Amino acid sequence: MLEVTGLRVAYGGIQAVRSITFHVNQGEMVALIGANGAGKTSTLKAIARVLDAAGGDVHFCGEKITRVPPHAMISKGLALVPEGRGVFPRLSVAENLAMGAFVRHDKAVINDDLERIYGYFPRLKEREKQLAGTLSGGEQQMLAIGRALMGRPKMLLLDEPSMGLAPLMVNKIFEVIRAVAATGMTVLLIEQNARLALQSSQRGYVMESGEITLTGASASLLDDPKVRAAYLGE
Amino acid sequence: MDIFLQQIINGLVQGSIYALVALGYTMVYGIMGLINFAHGEVVMIGTLVTISVAGFLIKAGMPVMFAGLAGLTVSVLVCMALGWGLERVAYRPLRNAPRLTPLITAIGMSIVLQNVAMIIWGRNYLTFPALLPSVAFEFAGAHFTAVQVIIVLVSALTMLALLFLIYRTRLGMAMRATSQNPAVASLMGVNINRVIAAAFIIGSALGALAGVMVGTYYEIAHYQMGFMLGLKAFTAAVLGGIGNLAGAMLGGILLGLIEALGAGYIGDLTGGFLGSHYQDIFAFLVLIVVLMFKPSGLFGEKTGDRA
Repeated sequence: MLEVTGLRVAYGGIQAVRSITFHVNQGEMVALIGANGAGKTSTLKAIARVLDAAGGDVHFCGEKITRVPPHAMISKGLALVPEGRGVFPRLSVAENLAMGAFVRHDKAVINDDLERIYGYFPRLKEREKQLAGTLSGGEQQMLAIGRALMGRPKMLLLDEPSMGLAPLMVNKIFEVIRAVAATGMTVLLIEQNARLALQSSQRGYVMESGEITLTGASASLLDDPKVRAAYLGE
Repeated sequence: MDIFLQQIINGLVQGSIYALVALGYTMVYGIMGLINFAHGEVVMIGTLVTISVAGFLIKAGMPVMFAGLAGLTVSVLVCMALGWGLERVAYRPLRNAPRLTPLITAIGMSIVLQNVAMIIWGRNYLTFPALLPSVAFEFAGAHFTAVQVIIVLVSALTMLALLFLIYRTRLGMAMRATSQNPAVASLMGVNINRVIAAAFIIGSALGALAGVMVGTYYEIAHYQMGFMLGLKAFTAAVLGGIGNLAGAMLGGILLGLIEALGAGYIGDLTGGFLGSHYQDIFAFLVLIVVLMFKPSGLFGEKTGDRA
């Protein structure tokens, strides 16, 4: 579904991503793990067209998307849940979710989706009228995921959904991510919490200083001595 | 007491005009963090276009009221096009430049527009045609005219319409989202360029309306009239908290009242040393005081950005 070939991202003269190639199949959850500064977020931003790639190609559903403007991505079916959540702080929870469905006009289905998301995250329903900026970090993460789902994407890109959250909240968020993936959603997940990411996904890629150094089934990566030493703290 | 009520009325009228102009500053600032110093000149163009169009139509024998409405319509359309053009030509190429660059460009555009207006309309003061019948009323010793009532009513209705647009429509929600986080808004499918253009176009339409009001009220216009008006409206926007719509409205009204009351009493307060023609100092006193003690203004954004 997603084919990344030779993708490069540079900030000025500094290469953040050096020609990486990977793919995500339909219905699969794939984890991209690595240390801080390995280039994971830059990779995701380049795929979602928030950043211009310095080189390489990205194909989504067979279509080359390397030159598509960022606001056209959601209509193509690709939704990014950005690092740091990026909720609109002075819009209400309901308005944030409505923004997620900004490009859609099928009102009845939008309402069904809204109910489904409130089903995943009852807390959001309780706080429907509250300004998003007043939510806790975990609630904001729920909102960011819910908002992305409101666009009815074919594929979800998640950037560090566990960042800065208490362990209980992390579990709650990942429960929903797994539930969403179980509905057949294709997911590319970026995480510093490598164990959690590999436990939730089918395949994984390990990124180091802008390059993919290791790949395989998540279960085998979990057993890999190099991964265990570098990312699982063993 | 008579003078107090009189000055309140004058202040409300002047304040309504400031508020409409201030909204143009605040909408653009709220969305892209730019102070569009050319906005005062958009207002000026609005006044001068109305003079030309309405003047021509009146000469051609059209009833004054219709000529006025036609002048207003043309001037709103011209200013919307001008606002759109300014953004497209002067500001969009600088979208990623350091913040000082578009600010200097804005001052440059202001000078360009003044000179273009001088070339088209000349250096002399122009008389604004009397579009509304001069009916006067008296209330508790204070005098006011139909023009003043219409100015206050029309600006109030316009501001309500703007609030509806911003808080109840899809475009308005996109504008609010863009002002809070443009990158994420574009992830939601919002075309940021369109939202920014909309802010300029709507702000300029309000400016044109304010320009027609200024012309109707003072019955005189000049190619440099936008400068002082723009500065004062900017002060009003800062007073209310720049970027905040309600703030611009309240700031405009407050500034109008402060100026009017200041002008009314400055003679008494200084024992006749300073006359009411010193009224301009109040606006800038307000600006200095706000910047010193509450730079975020009355409704300055301070909550809700917890990460």
